[in-house]
Amino acid sequence: MKEVGRYFIFLSNLLVNRESFKTHYKLVIDECVLIGLDSIFLFVLVSSFMGAVSTVQTAFNLVAPYIPRYVISQVVREMTVLELAPTVMAIIYAGKVGSSMAGNLGTMRITEQIDALEVMGINSVNYLVLPKITASVLMFPMLVIVSGVCALLGGYVVGLLTGILSPTEYIYGIRYAFNPFTITFALIKSIAFGFLVSSISSFKGYYTTGGALEVGISSTKAVTTSVIAILLADYLLAQLLLSPA
Amino acid sequence: MIEIQNITKSFGDRKVLHGISGVFEKGKPNLIIGASGTGKSVLLKCIVELVVPDEGKVFFDNRNFTDSDRSKKIEIRREIGMLFQGGALFDSKNVEENVRFPLDMLANMPRDEKQDRVNLVLNRVGLKGANKKMPSELSGGMRKRVGIARAIVNNPRYLFCDEPNSGLDPQTSILIDELIRDLTEDYDTTTIVVTHDMNSVLGIGENIMFIYQGQKLWEGSKTDITHSGIKELDDFVFANKVMIALKESGKG
Repeated sequence: MKEVGRYFIFLSNLLVNRESFKTHYKLVIDECVLIGLDSIFLFVLVSSFMGAVSTVQTAFNLVAPYIPRYVISQVVREMTVLELAPTVMAIIYAGKVGSSMAGNLGTMRITEQIDALEVMGINSVNYLVLPKITASVLMFPMLVIVSGVCALLGGYVVGLLTGILSPTEYIYGIRYAFNPFTITFALIKSIAFGFLVSSISSFKGYYTTGGALEVGISSTKAVTTSVIAILLADYLLAQLLLSPA
Repeated sequence: MIEIQNITKSFGDRKVLHGISGVFEKGKPNLIIGASGTGKSVLLKCIVELVVPDEGKVFFDNRNFTDSDRSKKIEIRREIGMLFQGGALFDSKNVEENVRFPLDMLANMPRDEKQDRVNLVLNRVGLKGANKKMPSELSGGMRKRVGIARAIVNNPRYLFCDEPNSGLDPQTSILIDELIRDLTEDYDTTTIVVTHDMNSVLGIGENIMFIYQGQKLWEGSKTDITHSGIKELDDFVFANKVMIALKESGKG
């Protein structure tokens, strides 16, 4: 509980003694490049294969002859939009970006770079962490959109190449009984996950004590805690936004 | 002038500072000395509240820092330049960007003026032309000098140096000491240097505070340090062979 309290105090420091908008703008752009552009290849790769594998596995399970083939792509769509793109990618995001954020801040802490900022009268939480959180909240939903598109394309390509279902069936299934709210839900989740991963990882990194070994430990803890937070938030959001009234 | 009153600090059950008081004067280097692990760096960090003391007060030119509100503390901190043990240079910025950083963040001056100021201080610390080097390309001594340049670029009223000579060869150590002394005199700053290097003590020790196991045991100047009559201080001062030889030859 003490740790949770410290986390909220840490968050409250984000908006105290703020630096100028101009300073933040530049820092946020730098972070967006680090978070977004550097992660996009991994996201495209993982989600394309996830879409492809989901298609093959769904087809494997739907053996009853009276179930139309387009149900395969419908299932792939629902899985991708509701869970694979936002949640599974958030876990990968925690592993890549979260650990990097924690490692970066942890190194700054143990090499006294954060102390140097504080001595200058700069709020280091605001200067270092707020741009990371802002960039994460902006970039992760975009990565989720890219991921969703790539997963559906991956399913389409594998369906076409293996003859599991025709392109017409695949597209029909993708469009069949589509509820646009699932996209809104996925984006709400992605904003929440982007915030959780960046803030938790920054928190773990910022309060690193010791040396290089502890930086590694902080990075690992950042990933573990972020993943737990993602799963809890995933359940809570599903319960709040998708459960029947 | 900086005055500290009854600074006390514990980490868990371990008390590392036992009510230390003292005055650090302006225009000359003030040294806090003692063996490793005696609480020197913690005391320095307590003075700027990088570590918050459990008890005690700090006054910067009679301004109560400890009881000030956040904005007042920030105002005072912006008058401080600090050199950290490892230099604490920002890895992602080159030398010039590191040195210009306090100006970019805190000073309202044209870009050309900032650049002139950066070049001036880099020249002052003997790093003319090193503007574009990254911290990873610098030697230990150069990193310290960049750290000093960054600390003084904003014309601080207070200069704090945490182990400025640690890990440096004797020649570079002397250069760094002389630089700190000259800057203190030229800019009339209140300078506090934490060190356990006897060369520094004998070189620039005008006003020395000796800390032993978290307590202030002695205060004086380099001329008095060799005949204080305090066993713990004698053990510290005469721990190296050069000092022992000096003592035995009667020059100590």
